[in-house]
Amino acid sequence: MDGALIAGLPLAATQQAYLHEASQMQALSFAMHIPLVCFGIALPATVLFVEWLHLRTGDPLYRTIAKRWTRIMASLFAVGVITGTILSFEMGMLWPGFMSRFGSVFGLGFAIEGFSFFLEAIFIGVYVYGWDRLSPRAHLLSGLPIVFAGMTGSLMVISVNAWMQHPSGFHISGGHVVDVHPLAALFGNSFLWNELVHMYLAGYLVAGFLLAMPYAIARLRGVWTRYERTAFAIPLTIAAVVAPVQVLIGDWVARDVATTQPTKLAAIEGLARTTRGAPEHLLGWYTDGQVKFGIAIPKLLSLLAFHNPDATVQGLDAVPPSQRPPVNIERISFQLMVAIGTALALLGLWFLLFRWRRGRLPRQRWFYIAAAAAGPLSLVALIAGWVVTEVGRQPWVVYHVMSTSEAVTRASGIPVGYGVLAATYLLVIGAVIWVLRRLAAAPLDTRGDPLPATPGTAASSREA
Amino acid sequence: MHLYDVPVIFVLIGLALYVVLGGADFGAGLWQLATLPAERRGSAAARQRAERIREHAHHAMGPVWEANHVWLIFVLTVTWTAYPEAFGSIASTLAVPLFIAALGVIARGVAYALRSGTDRPAELARIDTVFAISSLLTPFALGAVIGAIVSERVPVGNAAGHLFSSWTGPISILVGALAVAVSAYLAAVYLAADAARAGERDLTETFRTRALFAAAIAGAVAVAGLVVLHGDAHRIYHRLVEGPGLPGLVISVLAGLSTVALVLSRRFDLARVSAALAVAGMIAGWAGAQQPFLLHDLTLRQAAAPHETIVLLLVAIAAGAVILFPSLGLLFSLVLRGRFDRPGETGLSSTPATIADVLRPTRHGLRARLAVGGLLGGIGLLSVAEAPWAHGVGVACLFAAMILGFLAVDPAGLAASEDRNA
Repeated sequence: MDGALIAGLPLAATQQAYLHEASQMQALSFAMHIPLVCFGIALPATVLFVEWLHLRTGDPLYRTIAKRWTRIMASLFAVGVITGTILSFEMGMLWPGFMSRFGSVFGLGFAIEGFSFFLEAIFIGVYVYGWDRLSPRAHLLSGLPIVFAGMTGSLMVISVNAWMQHPSGFHISGGHVVDVHPLAALFGNSFLWNELVHMYLAGYLVAGFLLAMPYAIARLRGVWTRYERTAFAIPLTIAAVVAPVQVLIGDWVARDVATTQPTKLAAIEGLARTTRGAPEHLLGWYTDGQVKFGIAIPKLLSLLAFHNPDATVQGLDAVPPSQRPPVNIERISFQLMVAIGTALALLGLWFLLFRWRRGRLPRQRWFYIAAAAAGPLSLVALIAGWVVTEVGRQPWVVYHVMSTSEAVTRASGIPVGYGVLAATYLLVIGAVIWVLRRLAAAPLDTRGDPLPATPGTAASSREA
Repeated sequence: MHLYDVPVIFVLIGLALYVVLGGADFGAGLWQLATLPAERRGSAAARQRAERIREHAHHAMGPVWEANHVWLIFVLTVTWTAYPEAFGSIASTLAVPLFIAALGVIARGVAYALRSGTDRPAELARIDTVFAISSLLTPFALGAVIGAIVSERVPVGNAAGHLFSSWTGPISILVGALAVAVSAYLAAVYLAADAARAGERDLTETFRTRALFAAAIAGAVAVAGLVVLHGDAHRIYHRLVEGPGLPGLVISVLAGLSTVALVLSRRFDLARVSAALAVAGMIAGWAGAQQPFLLHDLTLRQAAAPHETIVLLLVAIAAGAVILFPSLGLLFSLVLRGRFDRPGETGLSSTPATIADVLRPTRHGLRARLAVGGLLGGIGLLSVAEAPWAHGVGVACLFAAMILGFLAVDPAGLAASEDRNA
């Protein structure tokens, strides 16, 4: 990698006046946007499935559910448009050095992503406002481009992130980026595929558990008509089949990180020195080159990372201290993600096995408590996973090529912007919660939708 | 014309579309702001009228709101891909007005999302106030950004220009004001056309008056802008009134005048076209006057990305346009033909199947076994095997396993069968 040529340059401390604030501001904006992305990925397909059930059976219950979820989808998409717009503003406002030098290499990914976003916005408009106005078949079809755009959009954004993690497709000569091949940079990158699948599944996992959550709470409160059961079972099943697979995909990602970003892996595990047959530490705190108060499991790290208990794992000592990411943030985030992910996978497997053996929904109260908790927990795992990826890339914006302090803006006033954005986003979160609660509280037949007439289902027991 | 000139043309087209479509959107918010005094202090009749204006403004914008605003993303991404150095310089020096515009975008989007959560007049009025204030902020701030570029106050480099004085010069203020006035004008014409189509005569007249009022202000600001340009950015002024910017200027003036005539004679649909033309002329005139410079000391050629990037970007834009324009056409034709105005008949043509048809359990066992098979195959190929091709097949197996697993669980049938089990 030619980037190694400039990697060794010392960075003047005076240049990084607001690096910390700018990074925090960017992290805040990502943390706000990524949960909405999950709904953008998963909700359209889920709603379409329920609408398809309605078309197939004629049962108005499915129509009611699909219409209610459509309103959630529209609201969250509107918020996603703004958080996404803020991110694209921030790319230039906060990281002009990065954009100026590498915009020509990775910008194409965002340009194509812009088109996906566009397609999504157009067809969400058609779909949301087309209920009752288009023929049922045309309406169902108008939802398909939204699902497709969700896929291409994640592909493009992840292609850029994967490039930042594992850059290629250019050379640096005399401080200038030359020999630029954007397609090779974005798509000829082994790192892209595992990161993409991991994030795409995370979308279904998070959206599935969060969408099921209010109905699990309703069950705990004793409201359990066919409406709640259906609206609970569909997203929960999606999350339940995805959760175990996500563990396997996560393992795949980790093996790739072990070979392409060994320093990140060393930080994740708190491995100070390059070690043959490296142990894995659960819990604990990294200080003075070792993990204190952790539970060491011999050779597990080598086994997990390289499928060989005696493999050599590169430690933090392979790079100078200035090029190491913050170890404890990495360790805590990683272990949080893995712990929650494993718990969610077990919950999913338990649900699937129960369904297989008993042929019905579980009746245990603990299951619904766990299902309700799974929503917020999956969100925590999602954010923790992105912290592992992005903080683990530090101090680089383009791995081993450009440091974040070279990329950051020289403008003053970043702390003010950070404070204002944080306050604004707090208000936005409050507003989103308010609107979701309002949508949930709306009576079932707001639009004069016929309710199922079967005794004991939604209509009668809801009124009680 | 060189290849590196082409992306800037798409950027300008995107900008013109954003001004015309997104600007009309912001303008609608401004007219909602204008109803507030009547709603606070007016008589019951005045309040009711004000509420109708607000509702009309919101309703007409609904379906196309998000699509209109993605043009801004298009402008940003094409600029940073094709002219990265210019983008970095502009975004870092003009961080303050861009941040203000971003806050406006946030407030506006949130207000839009919130609106679906309520139909209480008091809450709607409050939400619309947020909506309206952001409608004022964003066009003004983005106009100030353009003004800063026009007046050559953005030097090349990382935040090399002044954080405030770069965008508070007279040209920035005037272009900002012009953006607000043009937005209000476009919205009024659009809403008048919409009201005329719906047969709402008093609303049509209301917005016609407003369109004329906004046109007068926009015209005055534009003339003042020329005077200020003469004093503050002499090079661009001369290239605009005598040089390559002149055709655009002439088109803009003619289209601007004819659009007023069209509004006067109540031909709103044509007026929208000529209003768009006036905006396009203005942007073309600016581009003609400023080229070949993108910034004060940076030409298009110097700022352009390498050849291969430009080629791929243009291919992507062409491919995107092939998908996008028919889709946009579909959306707008549905909106403009009023298909979204009145809920029609739905009902399913085919006889509804009974739930039992979907519940038929015969294939579920098979699906479950196939799902487990896919899972095991996926584990073998992805987690045990080392070859990249095996990983690809393994991921495909896992996806198949998830879909088959979901179908095997049959959540809808599961939820429905509970009544019988209980």
